[in-house]
Amino acid sequence: MVQKKISVPFNDEGTIKSLQAGDQVLLSGTIFTARDAAHRRMVEQLEKGEKLPVDLTNQVIYYVGPTPARPGDVIGSAGPTTSSRMDKYTPCLLEKGLKGMIGKGYRSQVVIDAIVKNDAVYFAAIGGSGALLAKRIKSVELVAYEDLGTEAIRKLEIEDFPCTVINAPEGRDWYKESQAAFRKCKE
Amino acid sequence: MREVYYKDIVSKVKLLCQEANYDLGQDVMMAFEQAARTESSDIGREVLNQLIDNAAIASENRVPMCQDTGVSVFIVKLGQECHITGGSLYEAINEGVRKGYEEGYLRYSIVDNPLTRKNTGDNTPSVIHVEIVGGDQLEIQMTAKGGGAENMSALKMLTPSDGVEGVKKFILNTVKQAGPNACPPLVVGIGIGGNFESCAYLAKKSLFKPVGERHSNPEIAKLEEELIQSINALGIGPQGLGGSTTTLDVKIEVAPCHIAALPVAVNLNCHASRHKHAVL
Ligand code: SF4
Repeated sequence: MVQKKISVPFNDEGTIKSLQAGDQVLLSGTIFTARDAAHRRMVEQLEKGEKLPVDLTNQVIYYVGPTPARPGDVIGSAGPTTSSRMDKYTPCLLEKGLKGMIGKGYRSQVVIDAIVKNDAVYFAAIGGSGALLAKRIKSVELVAYEDLGTEAIRKLEIEDFPCTVINAPEGRDWYKESQAAFRKCKE
Repeated sequence: MREVYYKDIVSKVKLLCQEANYDLGQDVMMAFEQAARTESSDIGREVLNQLIDNAAIASENRVPMCQDTGVSVFIVKLGQECHITGGSLYEAINEGVRKGYEEGYLRYSIVDNPLTRKNTGDNTPSVIHVEIVGGDQLEIQMTAKGGGAENMSALKMLTPSDGVEGVKKFILNTVKQAGPNACPPLVVGIGIGGNFESCAYLAKKSLFKPVGERHSNPEIAKLEEELIQSINALGIGPQGLGGSTTTLDVKIEVAPCHIAALPVAVNLNCHASRHKHAVL
């Protein structure tokens, strides 16, 4: 299987345009973690007119709440959580320059439309493979919202982090297409 | 009266929590290997192989196979000739969870209140079901139940005229809606009958049985097999990326019910089907 090597954040505009639904990619570079509570807080800050603790321009957010690291380890288990819980907050962050998201599971039509509109991309990583994915994380730095514990915002340095492109600016949906290809019953 | 000590329950529960999260059961591993041989999609096989590798890394490095180390759910069978000394059974179990999660570098995933949502900081309280049985033993079954699959679970009060066709339709719809969110390949736990709350418990209980084991009643076993086929025909596949392995197993538990009722509960479990068991 061909795996495209992609570097993040998406400072090079052409990179996102080159991605298509169904592409297998290996991401390297830096990304930020954020899940339910951090999303809620970021959007509340924006609503109050405050500045976000991180500049999201061209960045990628990984929906993950890792387990604590054992002494000597970089991070504990660190696989994706269900993305749809972030759907409510996502269009607002895409408007602020966010370009990529890593999670698992379906996105709402509103989010898919916002992905197309903002030239962004949604990747799925394999849920429940947190021990393996942790090996692709090379460093971790706490950035904001420390009081949220596992839900705090952290900056991760990743190397060859495996994902599948689900939604890209072209507007296709890889979950829909790939499942239809293997369906053996009436819809 | 046989005595079982509080401190022994604590240390056993601590161990169960850690082993459940680090060591994937042999039953699930065998189901992965079988599926990796029969899966018709390339990406699907890739996913299954990644899950097999993941389980090996988790077990070797003593890290959880999934970062969602879940709600700790217990089914305890307390023999009526067994006496617990030195503290309460419930407190012993929660203390075991506290120790297991803290010392095992597991994630705390419980909030104190569903609306104000402050993390309790030790993964307690756990969910504990106690059944009183004959004999003098204390049997503890534990599962670490993740949020992704639990969130996609559903219960419906069908009526008798819906029949088995209505039951199947509801189950298939629940799996379809869950898609990749519940981390397929799934283990699908089903309760049929009982009443509103006992039906949900039947579904949960079914998930404690080994993957690959059929129900002892041949008719229920046949329904399980039929459902495995029709769920796999949905095409959802490993991680929802398309394929022929959407479920590793379907488990059904049934119970008598009211003449007007046909409750059905579908408790989805992800592939990280973590159940451990001990007898004291
Ligand atoms: S659904 Fe299961 S495998 Fe997926 S993230 Fe949750 S606990 Fe892990």
